Amino acid sequence: MTQAPVIEAKNLDLTFQTNDGPVHALKGVDLTIDKGDFVSFIGPSGCGKTTFLRVIAGLEQATGGQITVNGMSPDAARQARAYGYVFQAAGLYPWRTIAGNIKLPLEIMGFSRADQESRVKNVLELVDLAGFGKKFPWQLSGGMQQRASIARALAFNADILLMDEPFGALDEIVRDHLNEQLLALWARTEKTIGFVTHSIPEAVYLSTKIVVMSPRPGRITDVIDSPLPKERPLDIRDTPEFLEIAHRVREGLRAGHAYD
Amino acid sequence: MILVALAIAIWLGAWWVNARIAGSPLNRTRWARLAVPAIFGLTLLVVWELLVRGLQVPGVILPPPSAIAARIGASPGILWVDFVQTAVKGALSGYVIGCGTAFLTAIAIDRSPFLQRGLLPVGNFVAALPIIGTAPILVMWFGVDWQSKAAVVVVMVFFPMLVNTVQGLADTTAMQRDLMKTYSAGYWQSLFKLRLPAAMPFIFNGLKISTTLALIGAIVAEFFGSPIQGMGFRISTEVGRLGLDMVWAEIAVAALAGSAFYGAVAAIEKGVTFWHPSQRG
Repeated sequence: MTQAPVIEAKNLDLTFQTNDGPVHALKGVDLTIDKGDFVSFIGPSGCGKTTFLRVIAGLEQATGGQITVNGMSPDAARQARAYGYVFQAAGLYPWRTIAGNIKLPLEIMGFSRADQESRVKNVLELVDLAGFGKKFPWQLSGGMQQRASIARALAFNADILLMDEPFGALDEIVRDHLNEQLLALWARTEKTIGFVTHSIPEAVYLSTKIVVMSPRPGRITDVIDSPLPKERPLDIRDTPEFLEIAHRVREGLRAGHAYD
Repeated sequence: MILVALAIAIWLGAWWVNARIAGSPLNRTRWARLAVPAIFGLTLLVVWELLVRGLQVPGVILPPPSAIAARIGASPGILWVDFVQTAVKGALSGYVIGCGTAFLTAIAIDRSPFLQRGLLPVGNFVAALPIIGTAPILVMWFGVDWQSKAAVVVVMVFFPMLVNTVQGLADTTAMQRDLMKTYSAGYWQSLFKLRLPAAMPFIFNGLKISTTLALIGAIVAEFFGSPIQGMGFRISTEVGRLGLDMVWAEIAVAALAGSAFYGAVAAIEKGVTFWHPSQRG
């Protein structure tokens, strides 16, 4: 895990110009993410966690500082298909079947037809949706749709997976289950994952590194390297180590809120 | 008087039957969905027939359906020639040309804010021109045959189709567009894989509105000059000769053709936009 960093941000600023004057979405953000890290971004709404993820993805342009992804600019990394992005909602195209949705990036990136088929089959198995390829998105539950959208992000085998509150809209039981599956998937694929959440247990359970952020201006207040082992059954959440990290995250969030 | 009483009795009887079908568990079946409007329509025809006969309404004011049916049966040749002249040559070709160019125009101006700001108001202006005013001019320009009728139809369907397509192309969510961006998809890939499919419900809306506009445009345009065939020509000349049964026969053909045209487009829509919440049923 100690090679060149996958994502490196130095003194990153992003200011949105709005009608009410400039909004400092990100200010002075420094962060290094290594290969194979599972990094969670946690903080109240408006703290810039989603914005930071979008900057990594090249969906927003930083207005100051530097950021590299795999040693390249985010735009170049995007062109090189460095990452898969999972949005807050599944965002599957309703006119395509589940398999068709997963094929979408493969078609755009010009994979051969035979390759497309085998990749769709693989990722459907990976997210436990084998046999659902011919269904349409609106025929599946919300949790299954979100799993399909993860499969779509995995299909072209990017090294980085960026996830923006992917399980935010799901109920807690489904969420637990998907968290477990996500960890298993991460262990199997050894991807680097950036994961935005506003749930403390989710962040602590999943991550090797927890980035605590606070709003106005959006900035990093704490970076916690998790001492938890890579192998994590769900009941690890009741251990003292887990609770200690959760406590530290909570303290960090509270500190960020201190002066508003 | 007997016929009038009979008409009222049949009306009430059919009403009762339909109310029974609609209220019974049968209501859910395909059979009932077809039967209720069929009974309603048949009742309307029978009551019309009986009232016109019973009250001895002159044929010039309102001929009975049987007389209209007899006229249709007696002159299928004329009706067919008129149908081909107006509905196929005039309305259909104008519809295809008008909707096709509107669709391509929408895609062209979608890329350019300059054209979008320039062409949409002009399109709006053209759509606001009264067809009664523009039709004679187009007949002067394109001659009395079907070409001028097609031109009138093009003018009529162009704008609704354009507006619907432009609106449809804009009907994607930020997330859907971001997704395409994360794949570094090009303009044409986004167009074919996201924006056109997403626009289909709007495009079909434009296509459906245009079906009825096309037929109206083609018929009305014939009032301002046409060869000696065509539904509009026949209606205007037969009114002059008090041949109201022929006028009604043409109206019946126009109504059937319009409904079939609309139905065909709606059926294609059902196949293409099966995924849309309004079609999932």
